[in-house]
Amino acid sequence: MREREDEWTGLMRSAISGDNASYHRLLKAIAPVLRAAARRGLARAGQPVDQSEDIVQDILLAVHLKRHTWDANAPFAPWLFAIARNKLIDALRRRGRRVFVNIDDFAETIADQPPAETASAGEVAAHLNALPARQRDVLQSIAVDSASIKDTAAKFSMSEGAVRVALHRGLSSLTAKLREG
Amino acid sequence: MSGKMRMDTDQLIRTLAADNSHRARPVGLVLALALLAAAPVSLLMFFAELGVRPDVMTAMHNPFFDLKFAVTLALASAAIIASLHLSRPEASLRGFGWLFVIPAGLLAAGIGGEMLLPQRLPMMTRLVGHNSKVCMTAIPLMSLPLLVASLIGLRHGAPTRPAVAGAIAGMVSAGLAATLYASHCPDDSPLFVATWYTIAAALVTAIGALAGSRMLRF
Repeated sequence: MREREDEWTGLMRSAISGDNASYHRLLKAIAPVLRAAARRGLARAGQPVDQSEDIVQDILLAVHLKRHTWDANAPFAPWLFAIARNKLIDALRRRGRRVFVNIDDFAETIADQPPAETASAGEVAAHLNALPARQRDVLQSIAVDSASIKDTAAKFSMSEGAVRVALHRGLSSLTAKLREG
Repeated sequence: MSGKMRMDTDQLIRTLAADNSHRARPVGLVLALALLAAAPVSLLMFFAELGVRPDVMTAMHNPFFDLKFAVTLALASAAIIASLHLSRPEASLRGFGWLFVIPAGLLAAGIGGEMLLPQRLPMMTRLVGHNSKVCMTAIPLMSLPLLVASLIGLRHGAPTRPAVAGAIAGMVSAGLAATLYASHCPDDSPLFVATWYTIAAALVTAIGALAGSRMLRF
């Protein structure tokens, strides 16, 4: 558990210094832990656990857009669990439940490795379709068609800079739409 | 592009990784820029309606006049430090409460000091002062642009206790607005400051908490 958290911290440090592959590995590593915690939270609140993927995606977006608030000298896990807990409470509240989410829920799930699986989520997908065409095209190209930024730029005759801007704006507005619920 | 688009978590992760090169500005920088942008608005309100008191050159030799600035700036600084701390999701206010003891302690020391000195006016007269209504209106009004700025700065962070963070943003703006107001106000007694400035700051803090609980969710 301890080793795993140290590994996350190391990956996040590399990510911040520009290593996209480390960042990808980190997000892949935390997703199952977040999924297990989301399921646990939903189950405890008497909600169907199949909504857990919406919460996982919501947490991942927040981690991404708020990662500048992580102090690179501090361990990554407490920061991550604080974001995750906040998002989980929010999600349950939006479903009309007041529940107390214990920070230990996240720590515990590190110990028992949950099965890796990825279900599709409805909320992010629904908001994707409401994005401006350009942002949607760029997100589609990178997310669904697995194109690189360079290929995406060539495909839409855009500069790579413009692709990056559209990508970031798309992710930010997705998050804003999720918050509005 | 046509058809409904879906995104599973692996696809989302790939997309986020592709956006890794994007670097957000630090919260402290955004807060500083927002406050700098809002300051002229509060200054304009101050110079249009109040202005520095005419006897400011003599007043400066009065330690109780100077104490007002020490108190209000101590409050603003404590609140700025605390708000930057609270902009991190895993932060709690524990260990930061003592920061707010500094302005309170300065004020208490001032009240004690004034008690020891012979006074021309009775205590209640000094407490009630001349200007309490202006004080209670001007501080909250001049706070508003700065409060909006503080909330914008904190919104860039990830405060997981939005009402508390909003309250602290209220203290940032009240401390700064009270610093401006202190140069206008003819009442220098620490008793006056402890009463009316505190009420005005508490009002702004409450507004900040209310606004924060709505605006600072992320």
